[in-house]
Amino acid sequence: MSFYGLVDGTEASLKKYLDSLSGVDQVGADARAAMLATRSIKTTSKRWAIDTAITMVDLTTLEGADTAGKVKALCTKAVRPDPTDSSVPSVGAVCVYNDMVAIARTHLDLIGGQHVGVAAVSTAFPSGRASMQVKIQDTKDAVEAGASEIDMVIDRGAFLSGRYIEVFDEIVKIREVCGTKAHLKVIFETGELVTYDNVRKASFLAMAAGADFIKTSTGKVTPAATAPVVLVMLEAVRDFYAMTQVRIGVKPAGGIRNTKDAIKQLVLVNETAGPEWLKPSLFRIGASALLNDLLMQRMKMDDGYYASPQYVTID
Amino acid sequence: MEEKLSFEYAPAPESRALVSIKPKYGHFIGGKFVAGSKHFPTINPATEEVLSQIARGGKSDVDAAVKAASKAYTTTWSKMSGKERGKYLFRIARIMQERSREFAVLETLDNGKPIRESRDVDVPLAAAHFFYHAGWADKLEYAGLGTTPKAHGVAGQIIPWNFPLLMLAWKVAPALAAGNTVVLKPAETTSLTALLFAEVCQQAELPAGVVNIVTGDGSTGALIVNHPGIDKIAFTGSTEVGKIIARAVAPTNKSVTLELGGKAANIIFEDAAIDESVEGIVNGIFFNQGHVCCAGSRLILQESIADEVLEKLKNRMAKIRVGDPMDKNTDLGAINSKEQLLKIRELTAVGDSEGAQRWSAPCDLPGKGFWFAPTIFTGVTQAHRIAREEIFGPVLSVLTFRTPQEAIDKANNTPFGLSAGIWSEKGSKVLWASQQLRAGVIWANTFNKFDPTSPFGGYKESGWGREGGRHGLSAYLKGVSHE
Amino acid sequence: MSNRIDVKKTYKLFINGAFPRTESGRTYEVKNAKGAFIANPCLASRKDLKDAVVAARAAQHGWNKATAYNKGQILYRLAEMLEGRRAQFVDEIVTVTGVSKAKAEKEVTDSVDRLVWYAGWSDKISSLSGALNPVAGPFYNFTIPESMGVIAAIAPETPSLLGLIDSIAPIIVGGNTVIVLASTKAPLSAMSFAEVIATSDVPAGVINILTGKKDEITPWMASHMDIDGLDISGLGAKKHVEVKSAGSENLKRIYSFKSADPGRILAFMENKTVWHPIGL
Repeated sequence: MSFYGLVDGTEASLKKYLDSLSGVDQVGADARAAMLATRSIKTTSKRWAIDTAITMVDLTTLEGADTAGKVKALCTKAVRPDPTDSSVPSVGAVCVYNDMVAIARTHLDLIGGQHVGVAAVSTAFPSGRASMQVKIQDTKDAVEAGASEIDMVIDRGAFLSGRYIEVFDEIVKIREVCGTKAHLKVIFETGELVTYDNVRKASFLAMAAGADFIKTSTGKVTPAATAPVVLVMLEAVRDFYAMTQVRIGVKPAGGIRNTKDAIKQLVLVNETAGPEWLKPSLFRIGASALLNDLLMQRMKMDDGYYASPQYVTID
Repeated sequence: MEEKLSFEYAPAPESRALVSIKPKYGHFIGGKFVAGSKHFPTINPATEEVLSQIARGGKSDVDAAVKAASKAYTTTWSKMSGKERGKYLFRIARIMQERSREFAVLETLDNGKPIRESRDVDVPLAAAHFFYHAGWADKLEYAGLGTTPKAHGVAGQIIPWNFPLLMLAWKVAPALAAGNTVVLKPAETTSLTALLFAEVCQQAELPAGVVNIVTGDGSTGALIVNHPGIDKIAFTGSTEVGKIIARAVAPTNKSVTLELGGKAANIIFEDAAIDESVEGIVNGIFFNQGHVCCAGSRLILQESIADEVLEKLKNRMAKIRVGDPMDKNTDLGAINSKEQLLKIRELTAVGDSEGAQRWSAPCDLPGKGFWFAPTIFTGVTQAHRIAREEIFGPVLSVLTFRTPQEAIDKANNTPFGLSAGIWSEKGSKVLWASQQLRAGVIWANTFNKFDPTSPFGGYKESGWGREGGRHGLSAYLKGVSHE
Repeated sequence: MSNRIDVKKTYKLFINGAFPRTESGRTYEVKNAKGAFIANPCLASRKDLKDAVVAARAAQHGWNKATAYNKGQILYRLAEMLEGRRAQFVDEIVTVTGVSKAKAEKEVTDSVDRLVWYAGWSDKISSLSGALNPVAGPFYNFTIPESMGVIAAIAPETPSLLGLIDSIAPIIVGGNTVIVLASTKAPLSAMSFAEVIATSDVPAGVINILTGKKDEITPWMASHMDIDGLDISGLGAKKHVEVKSAGSENLKRIYSFKSADPGRILAFMENKTVWHPIGL
């Protein structure tokens, strides 16, 4: 593996690479994110943002109680979010546990959703606490069942105790398992990493190790995808592009509940990494309740009056 | 073939309907709006549209105002307990908060600054200044300035056009809290929010004559400065005029505070948090179109990170949205006047002729109005005029340094001393640099932060005295200031 | 002469921003100056105190972190709300204590002004009490006053409103949260003041008010290990020794005050001194 020529795979070279990163001032990052949140996105740009956000949603169900029925309903919604309006685009992907992947893929293909991918969480999601063997098998199962995207979690225990080379090696191994069949998203669980310095470090580590996407959270821990955290990750992918000419994607997940939140994310992307990232192949939003709010806001823009939850489907 | 993506923000205009501007204004003297004369137009610098006609205060107007202020002081204000005085100031603060949107729109129309800044910075800070100082009125004996502190009497206050309402708050609030009455002259190009403030004084039932507003130009200001009935002078403006005032009051007993110009150094060390530093640079010089006395107008960049920072800075500058100040997404508004725009053009032309390399962010400037694109000059050294003279516009001069001491020496090598910025993640270095810098306000890992509790003012030719905090209060109490 | 029957108020405790009845189900009688029945306020129990302490502790971190400006505005809002309801408070003071209307008016006026006075301390106390200390070495050394935590207060029997304000405002200005035991004989002002608190954007748990008997509640306040300080201005001098004795178990800071001054704020603050080297 070449690791873009940034590291040679050894612990020493990884340490050198990570130590060369500049730090992040928390108050300054918070202020920049807060300023971008004041952008007023109206009329035509709001309509564009809503439709774009819909195409970026990774419609998610990750419950212990998930069943085939639940997953199939999710898939139908993912392909046709609004059964009364065919102009509403499909979402970016569905996101499920790996034992649901086959059910999802089959159902999507059945209902004309060939273009909607199936993302599977893996590597002992959400805790990441299991043997490497188990994590690899977890990933293999998902890929073989038809997942085109793998959302893995990093070992936060290893990261927080400074064993960065272990975190790095795990990503490398999972990337290998994905091969060319699936793209790899690496979840940091930023709520557990706590500091922005850690988020920046994790971003650069994951990108060098082969991540196709860096992702904020599992959605099981708060805080999740706060604006400053997403800002720091967008700055990282921007800087990485300057270093390597390769664009890595970003996925905030958790805490993005309504259209306002989603639009704030798009503004962050636009004014940090740049408009090149404003497409599903480089930006996704992990969410469930968000989709209906996007639909209701879309209705309001088209009809001119406020919508009611009665006019969107619950699944 | 990759589709060229872009996320254009549709216009998001704030509504003008919130304000009603009279076609003509007089002065506010003795609690009433009175007629003025020798009117001149005040315009919206973004469109050149005439907003109203403003009176040029002459001798009789200033005399009447000083008389009203003096009478109010003697008969009412000096006899009132601090407790009651304070409650008037609390009322003013609350009414300003209530009418904040109206104030913000009016400020943007008259000054040209983006509505986001009027709304999120100017007006909230102005209200906060009144709230803070309201609480001093009945606690003066605790301020550490003597056990029976006394007001001067009548304060003559002259404020600039860059933060019209905020500068009014910085002057009026402590003056009143300390027990003085005031005669205030807003800047020639930006009188409207001061006149709206007069309405707030009426709504708060402030006793007549405690606050008087006389509009006009430099000649009006001179009349106030030289009036024998004025006991204390507070001026914010150019160093040039500050010196004139200092000379004028030398033979008198008047107490004076001056808040003048600056050419602040913004020092970025190699161990700074780079992205936040870039934001700090942008904020430091492009906030308020660079019309800021404490603007970080000299970027002093450690050579080892110069290329990286400059590239990031240019990319960041290209994202600055220049245009209609009434659009909520505008970052950089109009230059306040034609006069100021010509000054900026003149000095930047000097920069070119002295051999510095100019780079401006690509942007579409509107046809009407006064505009200047955010600009940096690299290859600048101390011997350039653009490193020495205050441009008061969105123009940054970039210098480099090798060692920390060199950065300090360059930063201090100026007759000004208002502010400075330090960017480093190393605490001891930040404290070391703050100890070495000869400036009245030092921002470490931040810039352009203001708070009513935080004293503001400069060393050397940046002025005399401080505004805000306990230290700022002392200027408005007799016997505490220097004789 | 009106035949209308008026709707009489039920007076409850004020804990964690809500108005629960005492968990003990007990009440006591409050009579007016002529001996006629007025109301049955709650007779608070040690469990009510316990609940109030839990609420106060949970609220303390967030209240402490609020900016001084925000705290000042909230205190000023209390003054606004109290001023707006003068008549009710004047009425209650006259009814319960029998003083003249003029005297009651003055007490309410002073209470509003006292709140305004404390509101203005919020953003000034650390500028006056904090310090940059010129140590003999290359160090930045500064002392900052910080909040102590959860404070319990016993309000004086009279004046029932103004004394209550002095038992609440200086404590919370410093970033602490408070549980106050109101005047036993004249608790109505306190319970009505709880309504003022509830409409002034004060976060739940910052101020908690109990009504009841001093002999019952004080020992539990004195011995509670999660109370950091006590204001016993409302407690008779004879009881001070036993309170201080019980409070020594967790070294509570225990004070009694005679007037309103910034010392009341600083008494319930701790001074933190920080050193940091200056150098490259």
